[in-house]
Amino acid sequence: MTKLDPLLLAGAKSKGKRPWFLESPDTERLLNITMALAQEVGVMRERMDTIERLLARDGKVSPAAIDGFEPTKSEADARGLWMQEFISRILRVVQQDREAIAAGDELSSEDVANELAS
Amino acid sequence: MPDTPHNAPDLPAYDGPPDYRVVGRHGVYPETSHDEIARFNFLAQMNRHLSTQVMPGVGEAFEQRVAPAFQKSHDRTFKDRHEIRQALTKDPMWQWWSAMRRSTMESRQQAGRWVTLRQAEALNAKVGELTKGDKRLKLNPNMKLPRGVEAIDHHCMPGSYHTELVPGDVTGPANYDAGIFATTGGMLGRYNDGGGVAVAEWVKRNMGPDFKPKRILDIGCGMGHNVLPIAAAFPDAEIIAVDVGAPMLRYGLARAKTMGIENVTFVQDDVSDLKQFEAESFDWIQSTMFLHETSYKTMPKIFAETQRLLKPGGIVLHVEQPQYDDKMSLYEQAMRDWDAFYNNEPFWTKMHEVDVDAWLADSGFGANALIHDGVTAVIDKNVFPDAADDESEDFGRKAAWHVVGAKKVA
Repeated sequence: MTKLDPLLLAGAKSKGKRPWFLESPDTERLLNITMALAQEVGVMRERMDTIERLLARDGKVSPAAIDGFEPTKSEADARGLWMQEFISRILRVVQQDREAIAAGDELSSEDVANELAS
Repeated sequence: MPDTPHNAPDLPAYDGPPDYRVVGRHGVYPETSHDEIARFNFLAQMNRHLSTQVMPGVGEAFEQRVAPAFQKSHDRTFKDRHEIRQALTKDPMWQWWSAMRRSTMESRQQAGRWVTLRQAEALNAKVGELTKGDKRLKLNPNMKLPRGVEAIDHHCMPGSYHTELVPGDVTGPANYDAGIFATTGGMLGRYNDGGGVAVAEWVKRNMGPDFKPKRILDIGCGMGHNVLPIAAAFPDAEIIAVDVGAPMLRYGLARAKTMGIENVTFVQDDVSDLKQFEAESFDWIQSTMFLHETSYKTMPKIFAETQRLLKPGGIVLHVEQPQYDDKMSLYEQAMRDWDAFYNNEPFWTKMHEVDVDAWLADSGFGANALIHDGVTAVIDKNVFPDAADDESEDFGRKAAWHVVGAKKVA
């Protein structure tokens, strides 16, 4: 049987022309790369959390213990909460864009500076 | 370390996707390492963040600036959902939400494909062993692929439902199976079967104890995750599950067998022409989230086939996301169209404007025999998020569906 190359095939493009959403496709490419990196940081943090919990519980870790780790409900909730916090941190600017919509027309600091000096 | 601030009692109670490790692992489920699981966890959280924290911002941008600007420049309101979508594409909030939604979907595919491709040989061999010589797998290599499947890879899934990278390949369906969790945040339950469980319960509740189907046909079955709960609920019935994708059917049979479900036969065919089956030979015909992957050419043929194949007194049920009608705002319709234009579900938009009742009537089902209802995924509420109690909306992706169907007059 032919051996498939997962590195090459995992990231394959799906059939159909890709839509781009941001004004600049280059910015969107960077967004995709940034989010992929964020994903990997999330993965690394979860692994670290697993190792720390295993050490606290058993005083030792092994690859098998890491892969087989099953968090309790409260442990899973704590990890889920961390992931939510993490994503909220990364996407802060989007949150603030959203709040700016609700705030409507706001004065800039420069506007206020001029006003205060008038 | 157990006492990180994250365990502090004064933080809000966690409300989000469960940990991926709650998924049900049947006998051909791909193995997943710690980091592969963590990747799915991140992606489920990203989808949840996008639907609950970012997508509402698109609605706010629409109300606050997109709609007023359109009114100002056109001196009128939007005439249809397409005008709204086109106006939204110019707004940064929509652009950023869309760019991240697409990126998350592509990452989900990559994550799942990595998992299954790195163990392709073992996975394919295991499924091959389980299905070898089994008469419940009926493949037809000469079947012509419908244009809608051949033209584009549905939901950005490279290779879609039908591609085999090597003979006997099941990495596609295994990826589909392992990654649905990330797209739905666990809303389909342990075996991605919350929709099928809901349908089986609906039929038991609404058809009464006298409805004892002997033969059930599932059209567009994919890997069978929606039909297995029906097979389990009606163990005395013979289930025929049909799809165009050979890898899905192969994986589906192996998956069913390892879950102890033995009454499903997986058949490769185009469901718009099922002449291999006799007229009036099924008591119940089911499709679940399938019609949006057909076409205007094939949908009437499918309806006509169901009419031909049903026994008098039998039922046909189609489970889908809600149709676009006068009661649904144009904004909601435009948002629901996203998957059609940006997630390779091309027929989604046109399918959802069809008057399904009229089409069913044209196929020979009387108007008075039509069925309408709603269902939400039935899952273990202790572990999985319940769509019925969830007020957030993920336009087109929430595990809450409409049932449209008909009873064939006896």
